[in-house]
Amino acid sequence: MLSIKNLQAKIGEKQILNGIDLQVNAGEVHAIMGPNGSGKSTLASILAGREDYEVTTGDVQFNGKDLLELEPSDRAAEGIFLAFQYPVEIPGVSTINFMKTAVNKIRHYRGQGPLDAVAFLQLMKEKMKLVEIDQSLLSRSLNEGFSGGEKKRNEIFQMAMLEPKLAILDETDSGLDIDALKIVAHGVNSLRSKNNATIVVTHYQRLLDYIVPDFVHVLYKGKIVKSGTKELAKELEAKGYDWIKNEAALV
Amino acid sequence: MSKDNQLLEEFTSKEYEHGWNVNLEADEAPKGLSEDTVRFISAKKKEPTWLLEWRLKAYRQWEKMPEPKWSNVHYPKINYQDIIYYSAPKQKKSLSGLDEVDPELIKTFEKLGISITEQKRLTGVAVDAVIDSVSVATTFKSTLGELGIIFCSFSEAVKEHPDLIKKYLGSVVPMGDNYFAALNSAVFSDGSFCYIPKGVRCPMELSTYFRINAANTGQFERTLIIADEGSFVSYLEGCTAPMRDENQLHAAVVELYAMKDAEIKYSTVQNWYPGDKNGKGGIYNFVTKRGLCFGDHSKISWTQVETGSAITWKYPSCVLKGDYSMGEFYSVAVTNNYQQADTGTKMIHIGKNTKSRIVSKGISAGKSQNSYRGQVHIMKRASNARNFSQCDSLLMGDLCGAHTFPYIDVENQTARIEHEATTSKIGEDQIFYCLQRGIDEEAAVALIVNGYAKEVLNQLPMEFAVEAQKLLALTLEGSVG
Ligand SMILES: Nc1ncnc2c1ncn2[C@@H]1O[C@H](COP(=O)(O)OP(=O)(O)OP(=O)(O)O)[C@@H](O)[C@H]1O
Ligand SMILES: [Mg+2]
Repeated sequence: MLSIKNLQAKIGEKQILNGIDLQVNAGEVHAIMGPNGSGKSTLASILAGREDYEVTTGDVQFNGKDLLELEPSDRAAEGIFLAFQYPVEIPGVSTINFMKTAVNKIRHYRGQGPLDAVAFLQLMKEKMKLVEIDQSLLSRSLNEGFSGGEKKRNEIFQMAMLEPKLAILDETDSGLDIDALKIVAHGVNSLRSKNNATIVVTHYQRLLDYIVPDFVHVLYKGKIVKSGTKELAKELEAKGYDWIKNEAALV
Repeated sequence: MSKDNQLLEEFTSKEYEHGWNVNLEADEAPKGLSEDTVRFISAKKKEPTWLLEWRLKAYRQWEKMPEPKWSNVHYPKINYQDIIYYSAPKQKKSLSGLDEVDPELIKTFEKLGISITEQKRLTGVAVDAVIDSVSVATTFKSTLGELGIIFCSFSEAVKEHPDLIKKYLGSVVPMGDNYFAALNSAVFSDGSFCYIPKGVRCPMELSTYFRINAANTGQFERTLIIADEGSFVSYLEGCTAPMRDENQLHAAVVELYAMKDAEIKYSTVQNWYPGDKNGKGGIYNFVTKRGLCFGDHSKISWTQVETGSAITWKYPSCVLKGDYSMGEFYSVAVTNNYQQADTGTKMIHIGKNTKSRIVSKGISAGKSQNSYRGQVHIMKRASNARNFSQCDSLLMGDLCGAHTFPYIDVENQTARIEHEATTSKIGEDQIFYCLQRGIDEEAAVALIVNGYAKEVLNQLPMEFAVEAQKLLALTLEGSVG
């Protein structure tokens, strides 16, 4: 599904990604961990098409398409979803209205007509239930005045609405209380299928108890320095990053 | 008639006789402005003497007034002698089909969802009589008639309801109020008149399309709306102008008069030609709009969406004379390219327990300048007056400007005044967030801007709100990225 080869990127003169290789197949869940500032959000942003970053070398294929050549909105329509680490506020635009626009734009891209009001409402009701989000929240201005946890849950609601092929969750667990964490995990798990894939960026092994990854990667200084199974996450939890940093320094 | 008046009339008609060669058969006044022009217009319209005199008085005041200068609006000096002040409605030299019209303009119309027939009318393709400065579309006349509502062109009102006109003309905006109001009072061509009788709720939105069609014709519309005790009316004014090369001056006057317990809601969507991308052409829009809440518990509400014109200078105001009367002003003003807008409101609190509310949303893009100028004046007698003002500016790009000038004058210490102002930018983060959800950039800007302006758009009648949303998006097309 997603194949990243030797991806290097910088912002201004600052080199951030130093050659990332990653293969994600349909049906898989990958976790990316790593110390602050190692480049996790940068990688997610580049996949989503943020233009601030300059890709200097590398190749990214997504379902047979050259991802880096696609417009950001087209990437979304192709099925890439990013749950933002810091979701932005859009005053005066409700989540409902926002999602209506998004759903119909994506449908248009795929050559489908817009959903009528009844069908849209039905879809919404179903997904609201899945992530246990209240309609009153969805009628308010998008993310404006939302608590940290509400913002994150809203991201997962949007993910559920758009049913992406590849979902990238950037620290969706931070700021969530334990109940919310379970709900979010439940949402993600129920959307899991053999046709889609998920990349979860997280600092905490706790999330991975609920969303069980097939692979865990450690990003350090813009490179994946170690990959393993979910056991790796447990090891990191116990030992911290120093041993990884030392290992990396030796190479 | 008094001796003086008799003399005056004799004198003036003499002067007329010997004055410049007026051809009353002509469809247009010759270019330029003089007392003779004023007489010509009045004669053309077969007006009563008192109205001619009223016009002449206004003209004489105008002559002595200096043209206002503003720090935030710049334009080449207007040559008032190079303008045609009157042109009768006529079949214009018409184009034979829409394919002769600038394709850019057609594209705009299509995006706005304007019908082919309407497109033809707007661009001067022959369909039926092209409406110029003289006429008003007066629909639903019979229904309104049954309720005793008068809704007609200003000229018609002068003929049919002279007492009302005589009593209320200039009662809210005096002829000498300002330079452009004086000019309008002298040469106003036509406009609308509306009277809602006691206790009547007007069952439909009253709407008029003002259009500018003949090249070089300054537009001097005059609107007068009177809501008698306990009545209600919602009035819509909307405009679209065909593309023109030369700047066109527009100086309208709108007077609203609300008696005891009456309410007037006045909504405008203004979309005149703003000039091309380089700022060439476009309409100069200098408008005086004022409402008088004369009676106790009366209410006047202005809602405007301003997207057009090269220059907009406009301050719909409320004079809150009646106790417990209320004034509202909701505005979205968008400027792009080289447009300049200087708009805002005045709320003059005279009566006790009067309230006013101001919500102004400015949006500037391109190299445009957008100013909000608002005055809240609490007079001595106005105890317990309250005002709330919210003035927001949204900037798109680094080359545009937004300016806010709130003036607050309080002469009564029981007044409560709240003022909030914000300036924000459409963030790249916001745009990217939308893009990531599959919403393209144009739609993203439309979404964000409409969200920003929502509080004002919500005030508009439904169909108008939809039109206004499209207009906002269209005006800002291509202004990000
Ligand atoms: N716009 C920018 N300008 C300059 N430096 C940037 C910019 N964006 C990111 N960086 C830098 O790139 C590095 C990687 O940032 P990134 O946000 O990808 O880290 P992260 O792994 O997501 O960290 P965290 O765990 O704290 O979220 C950091 O050193 C950061 O300061
Ligand atoms: Mg991060």
